[in-house]
Amino acid sequence: MTEIFKPEVDRRTLLRRAAAVGLLATPAVTMLSACVGGGSDDKDAAADKPAGTVSATNPLGIKEDEPLEILIFNGGLGTKYATDVDIPSYNKLFPNSKVTFNQAEEISTVVQPRFTAGNPPDMINNSGSKLMDQGALVQAGQVQELTDLFAAPSVDIAGKTVKDTLIPGTIEQGTFNDKPYVLNYAFTVFGLWYSGKLFKDNGWTVPTTWSDFTALLDKMKAKGITPFGYAGANAPYYMYTLLLTSAAKIGGADILKNIDNLEDGAWTNDAVKQAAAAWAEIGAKYSNKAFLGLKHTEVQLQQNQYKVGLYPSGSWLENEQAKDTPAGFDYQLMPVPSVTTADKLPVTALYAAAGEQYFVASKGKNPRGGMEFLRHMLSKAGAVGFTQLTKTLTVVAGATDGMEISAGLTSGNKALGAAGADTFSFRFDTWYKKLDDELRAATNELIYQGGTADKFVTRMQKAADAVKKDSSIQKFSR
Amino acid sequence: MKHGRYPFIIGFLIVPVAIYGTFVIAAYVQAFQLSFTNWRGFSPDVSYIGFDNFVKLFQDSTFWKAIQHHILLLIFLPLLTIILALFFAFLLNVGGGSKGGRTRGVWGSKFYRVVFFFPQLLALALVAVIFSRVYSSDDSGLINGLLNQVGAGPVLFLADKNLALWSILAVLVWQAVGFYVVLFSAGMGSIPTEIYEAAALDGATRGTLFFKVTLPLLWNTLQVAWVYLGIAAFDAFALVNVMSVDRGGPDGATTVLGLEIYRNAFDYAQFGYASAMGVVLFFLTITFAALTLRVTRRDAIEL
Repeated sequence: MTEIFKPEVDRRTLLRRAAAVGLLATPAVTMLSACVGGGSDDKDAAADKPAGTVSATNPLGIKEDEPLEILIFNGGLGTKYATDVDIPSYNKLFPNSKVTFNQAEEISTVVQPRFTAGNPPDMINNSGSKLMDQGALVQAGQVQELTDLFAAPSVDIAGKTVKDTLIPGTIEQGTFNDKPYVLNYAFTVFGLWYSGKLFKDNGWTVPTTWSDFTALLDKMKAKGITPFGYAGANAPYYMYTLLLTSAAKIGGADILKNIDNLEDGAWTNDAVKQAAAAWAEIGAKYSNKAFLGLKHTEVQLQQNQYKVGLYPSGSWLENEQAKDTPAGFDYQLMPVPSVTTADKLPVTALYAAAGEQYFVASKGKNPRGGMEFLRHMLSKAGAVGFTQLTKTLTVVAGATDGMEISAGLTSGNKALGAAGADTFSFRFDTWYKKLDDELRAATNELIYQGGTADKFVTRMQKAADAVKKDSSIQKFSR
Repeated sequence: MKHGRYPFIIGFLIVPVAIYGTFVIAAYVQAFQLSFTNWRGFSPDVSYIGFDNFVKLFQDSTFWKAIQHHILLLIFLPLLTIILALFFAFLLNVGGGSKGGRTRGVWGSKFYRVVFFFPQLLALALVAVIFSRVYSSDDSGLINGLLNQVGAGPVLFLADKNLALWSILAVLVWQAVGFYVVLFSAGMGSIPTEIYEAAALDGATRGTLFFKVTLPLLWNTLQVAWVYLGIAAFDAFALVNVMSVDRGGPDGATTVLGLEIYRNAFDYAQFGYASAMGVVLFFLTITFAALTLRVTRRDAIEL
């Protein structure tokens, strides 16, 4: 007994155990990512060929009794559109193919181990804050090419292929090195959102020039409203999209293309610098530094309480805020005012892009079925159902034209019509997540922490050059 | 007694050892293996790239930033926690002077003992959420709500580069103190009261009692606390992940290795690189523990 309770021995053992506790942190990574080298890699060759008989109702040639597994991200858009609209549509044509529906809030946590193990779901909605790196998935050969899907006839728009029914640019948005791999289904327009009621009550009008814009912000300030703001804690993304929208308006849409393609000097360009300087001034004069510590929902709530005038966001905002928005708030979208009088693009030009990624796993059990499911999402009925349930437009052109769904949606749709061909977007944020992170930090510094345009562009150029030089990151171009 | 001893021991150990082997040892071996690959997490095949990940790591400014934060935490987390915990434990056990031959704590010490332990009962994620509200930068924040009332706010606790890490450190200390109060109380409880009595008879003040009697006799417990807290300083992932602006921000001002490992693995899909970071963290922790054990080695005072 005396041996065991000798205090010196006991304490030193305790210390060693304490050290062991600390070491537990490291293996956690490999545990979470499951075992590597465990899966088999022998059935990808069949993925590109139809498994069943091709016919008019089965253009992709799926095997009619093969079950299908889909996984939907449960976030702002919910999952009702899949369970109530798309699955019934799919099963109407293929009643013998049993659809297994799963949903997840953390996509990578649920799906990534299944990719390494070699049994992924057939169709996956890769979205949310825990989305998987889509570029890395394509690089690993896990994603089914969608060329056949886009060439197939539409389910319910007679005489057109799926490709013909889409808003131009949709397929390109999901293209990786010239091949379509991902369907970006939701169509979002991006700009400054305001309350139609607030504007009407105060007799304010939508500004188009920068001097009108600052005059409006002055009026808001005089009323005791914070004229402009975004949430620095988790949503600087909204701010930098706004800033790059201004840059594209000043210097043309190619500014964004150069940034995406990691061109030399893409960031130190004059247009980016001018946009950064303009927004830095707005941030310093018309915003509230305390927002740097807030989350997006907190700032959005303040706007619903009429404490914030203008808020940069995409068209998902109205749906996201639905339960906090007071009656009569009337969400409206304004395109970003022109910074200079010599802007290359008109004031109506918009950041608009297909987003919300859906892809088919090439090494799943039923890749053709996954593609067929996407075809049903892209039917007119599928698109209308989605828009009604989520108040978000889809990439199916004009599917909901003439339907009154909500104020914000109508406003966004109108802005899109006014923009015509002058819509643009960037993709570097999904291609190079590191660059996205750097830009978030740089944007916070620029707007809320007294940064300057020069510092901002030099910092971003340096980050872009570093990504370009890093051989471990696969490069994309458009 | 000798007969059947090994089957007996093995019978007890086989399950824990199997679990430990699978979830700790095997995972470690794999982390070491992955750190030499460029595995991106989406396919079963890996290719080996030698020491490239480590070369890249040592040129990564974010990595060095995280190391700096660990050094800062390593100094201040144990220091502040131990000082506060010692102070409270002393007050709770000895601070009330002695009466009838027994040392006592200050008035109400039984109540305080319970209260001090409360933070330890809360899950770390809860603590992080609670303090996010306390630190919130607008009127809804506990501190800034008050400061704004008197026109002194807002103080951007988590959003100011120079304050953010200290604000998180304060939470770490707040959370840890209760446990070490209990640990030190137990240590103090095992110090014979005669020693205090003798010292008190010789006219020792409370300060003298603390520094000349309590502290030397508590040395071994302090050493345990130091290693524990040092290892906690190498972690801090949960708090930083939940509380900090832009995860590890503003602008990387609060990032720690745990967070960078997580970010590289699960956000950037650079599992090989993240594993290399994990390997470095492994050696850092081991080095720290070994150093502490060596440096603080002292003969225990036999009571």
